[in-house]
Parts: sequence; C-alpha cells; structure tokens
Amino acid sequence: MNKEFLNVIVVDEDEGNLIFFKSIFKDLKVGVKVQCFTNGDNLMEYLNSEDALIPEIVFMKYEITKKSSMECLEEIKMDFRFSNIVTAVYSHLLSEEEIESVFVKGANIFIKKPEAYEPLKKILTEVITINWQYHTSGLNIDNFMMKVG
Amino acid sequence: MYVKFDFNALCKKVLDEKLKEQGLKYRLLNFGEVEFYESFTQEQHSVFKKNLEDYGIEIIESQKTALVQKIKDAIVELVFSNETVPVKASIYIAEKLKHSYGYLSNLFSEVTYTSIENFIILQKIEYAKELIISNKQSLTEIAHKLNYSSVAHLSTQFKNTTGITPSQFHKIIMKRRKAQSLVINSKMLYE
Repeated sequence: MNKEFLNVIVVDEDEGNLIFFKSIFKDLKVGVKVQCFTNGDNLMEYLNSEDALIPEIVFMKYEITKKSSMECLEEIKMDFRFSNIVTAVYSHLLSEEEIESVFVKGANIFIKKPEAYEPLKKILTEVITINWQYHTSGLNIDNFMMKVG
Repeated sequence: MYVKFDFNALCKKVLDEKLKEQGLKYRLLNFGEVEFYESFTQEQHSVFKKNLEDYGIEIIESQKTALVQKIKDAIVELVFSNETVPVKASIYIAEKLKHSYGYLSNLFSEVTYTSIENFIILQKIEYAKELIISNKQSLTEIAHKLNYSSVAHLSTQFKNTTGITPSQFHKIIMKRRKAQSLVINSKMLYE
C-alpha cells in the first residue's frame, strides 16, 4: 500500500500530555496527522459522526472521563467500520492483571507511560514504526499485541 | 465459528475478476504482478484504479515502492515456506531480486522506516502467532518450523518484539475468544 502518513487520534484530559504527543509525532520520520480529544464521549461522538476520518491508531489514556477508555474500546471493537483501527491504551498505574484485561478487551498496544519527554519519545517512535509496518504490509491487526514501557 | 483466509488466493481472484471486467488482455505473473498485452488509456487506468480501491488494492506506480514490495514478498515467501532455505536471508533476497544486498537494504529502510532484518523478525513472529493460535503445534515444534535454534530463542525474540511472552499471548487470545462467544451466545438468547 502507498500510504503517505498515519492518521492518529489521542484522547487525554491533560493538555500537557496532548502537547507532548503532538510535538513527538511532528519529529518522526513517519508522517503522522494528529487529532486530539479530551474525553471518551467526544472521541465516540467524532468516530460515529458521518464525516469522521477513520484513523489508523487511537491512543487513549486509561483514566479518561465521561465514557471510560474500556467502554470506548468495546464500542470500537464491536463496530465493523473500525476494524482497521489499532487501539493503544496508556497509563503508568496499572497492575499486570489490569494490563492483561486491557488486552483481553481488544487493545493492541499497552504503554506504561513514562513521565519524561525523551523516554516517551523513544516509545512512541517504536510504536509508530511498527504500526507503519502493520498498515502498509497487510499484517493481521487482530493478532497485533505489544506491551512497551 | 472461525474462518481461515488464504489472502493470496483471495486477492488473485478479485484481481482476476476486475481485470476481466476491464476487457484487456493480461497475464497474472507472480503475486501482485500483472503483465498486459495491450496498452492502457489514461481513462482506463483511472477507472481500473478506482475499481480496485474498493477492495483495498492499490496500483503501485513507483519503481522504488515496487522493488520494496518485491523484497517484502520474498521475505514472506522465505518465512512462510515449509522448506528450509539453505542460505542466509540476505543472500537469498539479493539473488532473487538480482541487486546487491547493500542497495536493497538501504532502499528498504528508506521506504519502510525499518530494516530488512527487523522486517524478517516481524514476519516470523507473525507466523509464530498464527501457529500458536491454531493450537495444533507445541512451541518447540513452532520454534523448529521457524528455524530457531531453540524454544528459548523464539521466546526471547517474541518477548523482545511484542513485550509479552508466547504463553501470555496465547492466554489473551483464548480469553478474547471466550468473551466473544459469551457475547454471541447471550445475543442468541435474547433474539
């Protein structure tokens, strides 16, 4: 496939985190177009709207408000229109059992999110590069599982 | 119910049907390569392109991308073939594509943002995942099939690539299936 860039959505109520993500994505070799939302309701409203651009990846903070990240994940996984979306959940608080249940719910990626910019940049670079391979080489997204951080 | 796809056969069939609709004389060569016996008009080309887009099939135009696609195909063939190839992957790819490995390797990284070596690992791990899920072979057998020197080697590479172990992966997939079948059963109950 001849993609030129990845469309990415980030959901986090913390503006500071959103700025981190945006500025990291801007520096990557892989082209990334970002859209941000601050809660689960806004994300699902957008995805369900008629003129939504279905992204290749959705990054969600585990602890988002209104609709929870797990509710959003469930809705995304149940809708055929979203079958090509890779879902990534991040947090720095979850136990191993909680992380496993995030995967069981259908998440493709779990990121134990570091607070500092440089380690986060390293992780996101890795995540975006591997996503690029999945989206340009026709790899099976159902089997895509990755835990980083 | 689970179904298994043969993507190769599926894509060939779609391509064949779409090409027939177009009414041009053609021949399907290797995977993803079509030879035409007559020339295209610009309009035919764009109609054809549009028809294929609905199926997620894109016409690759640039030489570079086409060559990278050939490298990827060679890697997939190498990884998924049941015969062991007696030469190193780099030699196999270079000989198959008739270019120096250095050239191919630079081109590959430039276009895909990853190295040929990493792409081979990624494909091997993908294949390992499929085999793990199909529940037919033990991890030892899978390691052997994929030319790993030992189970430990496969497990380490799996963990390095995905961040989880093969058994965690298996456990998660099985739990997902169980959850899905519960959803389906409860739907049937209420309908």
